[in-house]
Amino acid sequence: MARAITSQRKALNTALAWGVGLLIFFPILWTILTSFKTEAQAISDPPVFLFFDWTLENYSVVQERSDYGRFLWNSIIIAGGSTILGIIIAVPAAWSMAFVPSKRTKDILLWMLSTKMLPAVGVLYPIYLLFIKLGLLDTKIGLVIVLMLINLPIIVWMLYTYFKEIPGEILEAARMDGATLREEVLYILTPMAIPGIASTLLLNVILAWNEAFWTLNLTAATAAPLTAFIASYSSPEGLFYAKLSAASTMAIAPILILGWFSQKQLVSGLTFGAVK
Amino acid sequence: MATQHSQPADRLTMAPPAPEPASQPAAADHQSGTKHARTAARLMMAPAVILLLGWMLVPLTMTLYFSFKKFLPLRGGDLGWVGFDNYVRFVSSSAFWPSVQATLVIVGGVLAITVVLGVLLAILLNQPMWGRGVVRILVIAPFFVMPTVSALVWKNMFMDPVNGLLAHVWRAFGAEPLVWLTEASTQSIILIVSWQWLPFATLILLTAIQSLDSEQLEAAEMDGAPPVKRFAYITLPHLSRAITVVVLIQTIFLLSIFAEIFVTTQGAFGTKTLTYLIFQRVLESQNIGLGSAGGVYAIILANIVAIFLMRIVGKNLDA
Repeated sequence: MARAITSQRKALNTALAWGVGLLIFFPILWTILTSFKTEAQAISDPPVFLFFDWTLENYSVVQERSDYGRFLWNSIIIAGGSTILGIIIAVPAAWSMAFVPSKRTKDILLWMLSTKMLPAVGVLYPIYLLFIKLGLLDTKIGLVIVLMLINLPIIVWMLYTYFKEIPGEILEAARMDGATLREEVLYILTPMAIPGIASTLLLNVILAWNEAFWTLNLTAATAAPLTAFIASYSSPEGLFYAKLSAASTMAIAPILILGWFSQKQLVSGLTFGAVK
Repeated sequence: MATQHSQPADRLTMAPPAPEPASQPAAADHQSGTKHARTAARLMMAPAVILLLGWMLVPLTMTLYFSFKKFLPLRGGDLGWVGFDNYVRFVSSSAFWPSVQATLVIVGGVLAITVVLGVLLAILLNQPMWGRGVVRILVIAPFFVMPTVSALVWKNMFMDPVNGLLAHVWRAFGAEPLVWLTEASTQSIILIVSWQWLPFATLILLTAIQSLDSEQLEAAEMDGAPPVKRFAYITLPHLSRAITVVVLIQTIFLLSIFAEIFVTTQGAFGTKTLTYLIFQRVLESQNIGLGSAGGVYAIILANIVAIFLMRIVGKNLDA
């Protein structure tokens, strides 16, 4: 009897959860479906859900007409470049805070976090002006620097939390066993740090990919990434639903896939370790 | 050991720090914290600290500087010092209070929706069920959609009064479709932004709920406590810290939402938030002094929220 009730409840939970899950996911699903329709089918009344003539035409049209490849390339360079640069700068800092903590380590960590709270709009003009003066406006390198700086606190924090979990005793034990410094770094520290560095990389690529304040305000034609490419559809061109959907699908697909891999790190990464 | 001693000297040249040599002080003496190790540690931290210090101080100083000037780059340039004039004018302009109201309504609305639905969803996803992993993926997905895409998809494919899906639904029930972004502009923005942030709240609350001791709940159930009481006296208190963290982090991000307004209403129909107002003053009307004064207000506002968040994070750091 008790078993029957539990499995009944389980079935109910399942139905409810799937219903809610599909409802939340629906706008994305609808966008993906619409991207395979013709423009006429995309606005047909009543709307068609699955039974339409699937076509890849929109994808080729978007690619040809708006030079999708260039925006994609800019996004990859900006998101990837800012993250890698950030990690190169953050690894030594996080490492020293985790292994040689001082009285001020906590204050430094919290101060770094506080720079993340600076509202972008508060410093919009100074950054804009500096970009003009330094010739960085509408360049990829300029955005790499800015996005690296706004994500640096998160990168340091995430790496710090991962490094702190590497026990110091293991290093001592290795040394006792006569491991040279090179061996210690290569065979003990690096393998243990790689998962942490990898998940930091993943989450920060996602954050940089989707960043839409600086990428919209500091680019024009040459360095514009996918966020700006999509924003350009807010003009009447956006009324071509199928093409808008194809462009949107192409912009979000890579990150959606990356994101699903990073969901475990998301919580500790975005709450600075306050929720684990 | 020789290589290790040369380490600090290398650092002084400010060469890009490589991860591997960086690990040496850790290997050297992480327990006793000798002078060498501490010097090396400080030097390894230097690039990150100096960069963030510059990123914070330089623009901040410039914003403060401009906020005390009448500065119109397209209409005469630097027209001299004006004291606190910009601060007074920013607050007394007719657009200020509506923008404060829009900000509060949007931030408050999104917080209420995401926290309430987030708690319910977290409880639901914590129940035994088939295919929980897939449902989790479906629920989290909107968080990974770039803001310009979600705003544009909602605006055109869902909220369009003629061809939008919501218009079809309204008509199916015989109702007159809503012109969402003009008739219910604020609610529309709240809907779009809530859709983006609900996954974040759900995910964090789910993580927190999973650490809840299930024996405690079972014991309460045995004692005959009804579900509502179990929720109010056990689950909710357990979640209080996670809820606080969600509220604080979301507030910081929500105070500066930009793309969602930029591609939908452009600040029209009562959706001009403080952030958007400052953006318009600075880049559209190129009134830098006035915009900078607004920026200082925004920084102060964000810092008030940040202080509370830092306290919680700081406490956790000690534990």
